[in-house]
Amino acid sequence: MSPSDDQALTGAIFEESAVLTLKDLSRMCAVDEQHIVEYVEEGVIHAVASTDEWHFSGAALRRTRLALRLERDLEINLAGVALALELLDELQRLRREQVGR
Amino acid sequence: MEFKDYYKVMGVARDATEAQIKQAYRKLARKYHPDVSKEKDAEARFKEVGEAYEVLKSAEKRAAYDQLGQGPRPGEDFRPPPDWGTGFEFSGAGGRDSAYSDFFESLFGAQGRGESRGTRGAFHPGRGEDHHAKVLLDLDATLKGGTRQLSLRVPDIDADGRLVSKERVLNVQVPKGILAGQSIRLAGQGAPAHGEGTPGDLFIEVEFQPHPWYRVDGRDLYLELPVAPWEAALGATVKTPTPTATVELKIPSGAHAGSKLRLKGRGIPASPPGDFYVILQIALPPANDDTAKAAYAAMAAALPFNPRASFGV
Repeated sequence: MSPSDDQALTGAIFEESAVLTLKDLSRMCAVDEQHIVEYVEEGVIHAVASTDEWHFSGAALRRTRLALRLERDLEINLAGVALALELLDELQRLRREQVGR
Repeated sequence: MEFKDYYKVMGVARDATEAQIKQAYRKLARKYHPDVSKEKDAEARFKEVGEAYEVLKSAEKRAAYDQLGQGPRPGEDFRPPPDWGTGFEFSGAGGRDSAYSDFFESLFGAQGRGESRGTRGAFHPGRGEDHHAKVLLDLDATLKGGTRQLSLRVPDIDADGRLVSKERVLNVQVPKGILAGQSIRLAGQGAPAHGEGTPGDLFIEVEFQPHPWYRVDGRDLYLELPVAPWEAALGATVKTPTPTATVELKIPSGAHAGSKLRLKGRGIPASPPGDFYVILQIALPPANDDTAKAAYAAMAAALPFNPRASFGV
């Protein structure tokens, strides 16, 4: 039985429209702004520099949360987090290549 | 309640040093971390290891736990001693989002859980926390859109102030064209507000169940399409399923196994839409009767063909 449409919750695809400020990202990840700044400086996440303020895409939320989990759960430092994320990206790229074959 | 042998979970001796425990934890955490592990039951194992470490890394909790001795044999029923909980004060900063076992909670209760990480909630005192969940959807949900009943595990605080994991069932309209790794944001469906503020949001991250025919790569779809040798060699127009409809696909003559044909814009209907790729496979008709055998023999006689020519043999 499929639930009827009229009682369903609707929401937008977060990554498509979201533009986050440093403050937004910091609040949504429950971590202080300095920590996010360090991630940007280490290249873990990327900020879009506009006139006077950093902005982040919606995809940065998932990536920051992932980085925080790795940092906390695996007790690794910032450089370790950056390396782990790069290797995870590479792994995903290889898996995608496999799909297209 | 089941007694948990935390030393066994961590694979360390009961007299292991702090350094040995830390080392064991890191090794197990890397092995079972759900974000990096492909092990079966990674998530359950990781939680178990995290709980064991939470106890053994803290001198206070470990001393308290050791007082229980070996406990009953693992799996046997366990009750904390009646005078349990007197004389210990638990402090600690761990931070976690998921519930520990009843065994842990009965020993260390809510205080033992440690504070949530850092400054959670300190920025917008009145605003409820956002919740995050992950769901596995059928590919049709993004191809056609539609409502799905989703069953989520969400953190909750029970009457005794303990962090528990609760099931929540929601009917959610899946936005057409959502891609794996993207999230549906449901405003106001997160944790309730603290006092005057607004409730948090619920983020539902989407992954797809494997589809029997289509493989997914971002917004593109791939289909392995079997064709007969003569369809590939001579060219043909064949029926091909796509997410929206069955289409007539033109196979160019001289196609071979692995040839890739693109149907632009017929992938996942995101913006911009993905493409639909057909990868040809050559299917051989079975030679299981005289007519078929004669046809293969005639082809062998008529065609000077060495499929291994590139090896020089």
